[in-house]
Amino acid sequence: MLWYIVRRLLQGIPVFFGSTFIIFSMVFLTPGNPVLRMFGDRTPAPEQVAALEEKFHLNEPFLTRYFLYLGDILQGNLGTTYAGQSVNEILARTFPTTLRLALLAVIIQLVIGVLVGLISGLRKGGIFDNVSLLVTLLIISMPVFVLAFVAQWIFGIQLGWFRPTVGAGAPWSDLILPAIVLAGLNMAYVVRLTRASVIETSQNDFVRMAYGKGLSRGRVIPVHILRNSMIPVTTNLAADFGILIVGATVTEGIFNVPGVGNELFKAINRGDTPEIVSIVTILVIVYVLVNIAIDVLYGVLDPRIRYVK
Amino acid sequence: MSALEPLLSVEDLQVAFKTQDGFVPAVRGVSFDVYPGETIAIVGESGSGKSTTAHAIINLLPGSGRITGGKVLFEGRDLSQLKRGEMEAVRGKEIGLVPQDPMNSLNPVHRIGFQVEETIRANGLATSKRDVRKRAVEVLKEAGLADADQRLRQFPHEFSGGMRQRVLIGIGLSSHPKLVIADEPTSALDVTVQKKILDHLEHLTAERGTAVIFITHDLGLAAERAENLVVMHRGKIVESGPAREILQNPRHPYTKRLVSAAPSLASQRIQAAAATGAPIGSVEVEGEEPTLSLLTVAERAAEASVDAPPVIEFRDVTKVFKIRTGGPRSIPFTAVDKVSFQVPKGSTMALVGESGSGKSTAAKLLLRLEDITSGTIHVDGKDITELGKQELLALRRKMQPVFQDPYGSLDPLHNIGNTIAEPLNVHRVGDAKTRKARVLEVLDQVALPQTVLARYPNELSGGQRQRVAIARALALKPEIVVLDEAVSALDVLVQAQVLNLLAELQSELGLTYLFITHDLAVVRVIADHVSVMQQGKIVEQATVGEVFDNPKTAYTRELLAAIPGVDIPLGA
Repeated sequence: MLWYIVRRLLQGIPVFFGSTFIIFSMVFLTPGNPVLRMFGDRTPAPEQVAALEEKFHLNEPFLTRYFLYLGDILQGNLGTTYAGQSVNEILARTFPTTLRLALLAVIIQLVIGVLVGLISGLRKGGIFDNVSLLVTLLIISMPVFVLAFVAQWIFGIQLGWFRPTVGAGAPWSDLILPAIVLAGLNMAYVVRLTRASVIETSQNDFVRMAYGKGLSRGRVIPVHILRNSMIPVTTNLAADFGILIVGATVTEGIFNVPGVGNELFKAINRGDTPEIVSIVTILVIVYVLVNIAIDVLYGVLDPRIRYVK
Repeated sequence: MSALEPLLSVEDLQVAFKTQDGFVPAVRGVSFDVYPGETIAIVGESGSGKSTTAHAIINLLPGSGRITGGKVLFEGRDLSQLKRGEMEAVRGKEIGLVPQDPMNSLNPVHRIGFQVEETIRANGLATSKRDVRKRAVEVLKEAGLADADQRLRQFPHEFSGGMRQRVLIGIGLSSHPKLVIADEPTSALDVTVQKKILDHLEHLTAERGTAVIFITHDLGLAAERAENLVVMHRGKIVESGPAREILQNPRHPYTKRLVSAAPSLASQRIQAAAATGAPIGSVEVEGEEPTLSLLTVAERAAEASVDAPPVIEFRDVTKVFKIRTGGPRSIPFTAVDKVSFQVPKGSTMALVGESGSGKSTAAKLLLRLEDITSGTIHVDGKDITELGKQELLALRRKMQPVFQDPYGSLDPLHNIGNTIAEPLNVHRVGDAKTRKARVLEVLDQVALPQTVLARYPNELSGGQRQRVAIARALALKPEIVVLDEAVSALDVLVQAQVLNLLAELQSELGLTYLFITHDLAVVRVIADHVSVMQQGKIVEQATVGEVFDNPKTAYTRELLAAIPGVDIPLGA
């Protein structure tokens, strides 16, 4: 087990170098001069431009810039934005908010998704099942920003149940609506996966044996059907995490959540190379760690899994 | 209650499955009684409704199944009318269940102890944590697991099939029910394990006076284990009565077919037939195609030349696998250990052994699906371990496999015509026209109609699928066919058909067979030579007659004794 985790962490190292390199080169290739962008409509003096380009190593060749940046990161310094802010500070400020939003979204998607999926799976072909299949299909087919705007308009403006945008300090109550939107897409997948998994598990001989040995339905469903059906659902959370990150960027922008996604969104618009690369690198590292954690959890959920190779 | 009152009385039971076209009946008016302490066996092929009947009794019909008529009286109460809660109280406590497939009947994610303890709690045998644990240990000890304390903490995948079935028997009998339904309890296990498990079940139920309904497709097994038999065919009971009487004097044509086709009974039947000078077995039932008697198979197999030069020769063949452990190292495991044998042209060599004995690995080595570690395998005098890519292709052209699982070895996305033609395409034999002609030819050889060409594997029965697999193997006109448990997954009647077919094809085309099986009963009717394997080594090698009449090793004797129904004399 320990050996397995060590091995997986070691595998994360090439992932780290690969992803930073790809992101760095993609931002490098985006057209436009970031120094000029900093000044907006004003035209800076050529000396000013030269000085700034010198300061941010913009005149160096691509690989030199990449290695300079890598050196900084390995020392724990995520760099400064072109506006002079420390990326470390920005992340420290925005990360907790995003974490709360993501946590809320994961809870919503699991609780509602598993519950709806379980009922659908147990009553396959019934009215509840058909309605839930239709609704989840609708949600899956909709881009997340449409979902966000529609929810904002209906629940925030028309019904007034929630504040349409998140206020200062991002209180939990303000995060509920964006969290529901963020959870929406993954929830639809969780419903469908749980449903399929429950149907498959229910056909196993051990479920019939569980009834045969005298257990009641109230015990067989949670202990023998739901418990086993959660294995694919949990492992899929790892893949869903990517969708969650993309969704967070869009949702935070629309609901004005002061989180990492929002910050990243702004940085991309500014063409702020150090900030973009740093934030995405952090997200990649989080993604790798979440995947390792879920793979380890997989072994806890399913004792047949042994970590070899 | 007096002993003359039946414990369970099934009266005119009707069960149907709901489909798009309405209800399809699966059980059509079945009636039988089970008296306290009595063992009855319900015998029939898959699809005969025997398992459905058993599941209807405890109301555990799968999916769309419904009881559409009749009564299930258990101690005077009609179980089919009970509410869900009342039924849950009967299951486990009054009527125990020992399921069909031990590999899939324990929940893989829960510990053995957890699954035993929840049964004890659900049936109110103990309530406090300590008492429940104590009872669970008792249950496993009764089930024949010595170190029960440790076993409780293990997961099902750490148990062998036999051990799992012991646990399941323990669970099924834990609350000392009056009736136990044992649904093919050993069909997934090796023969020697099967015997031990059934002895154990018999011992426990006899001790407590538990009545048993024993569901099986094996007539020999049924007759050995039960006092009374109920023979089912297409949802109806065709014959019932005392076991030996039915076996020795079957009246219904279907029962006669079952008796003649059961390989476990074949040895006696052949002697009986020899005495009367008339083959038994080809009886026609309700317009179905008649089965050839197994006698003809045995005769033709015996005709096969045994003095011909060896086509296949294994010399000190060894295969070592590396088993991965949790850490960075791996440990070696010798699956095949210095195995040597020869197979003369046109004859059949049977490799016999339990699962894990290395017999299937030996077949894979011959097919070059695995590389050998040391030793040599010669085919037609050529060392196949040295072959290059082109030569290997040429070798495979004359050596074709048929595998155990006809469901798994046919690609569900290819129709039958394409499946059979595939080897011809791979080896570029002839043109499109001659290939098509060859496909039709082999289809005819395995007695399948041309209409199956456009069909897909899921539209065929198990027996038909195995014929397709054989047809595919024959398409290239091979000289050697490797049959790895090729008939093990089939019902007895279908098995007899396929064995007949194989024997016919052998005498017609002069094929050499390497026949891998765990079932000695089948060996008797198909093979010329037998090699018995145990833990990777060949422990006994002789002709079929010698092995059956004069087994030399204890292991072979054990295998022979495990053939169900071997001691039951049959009437001529």
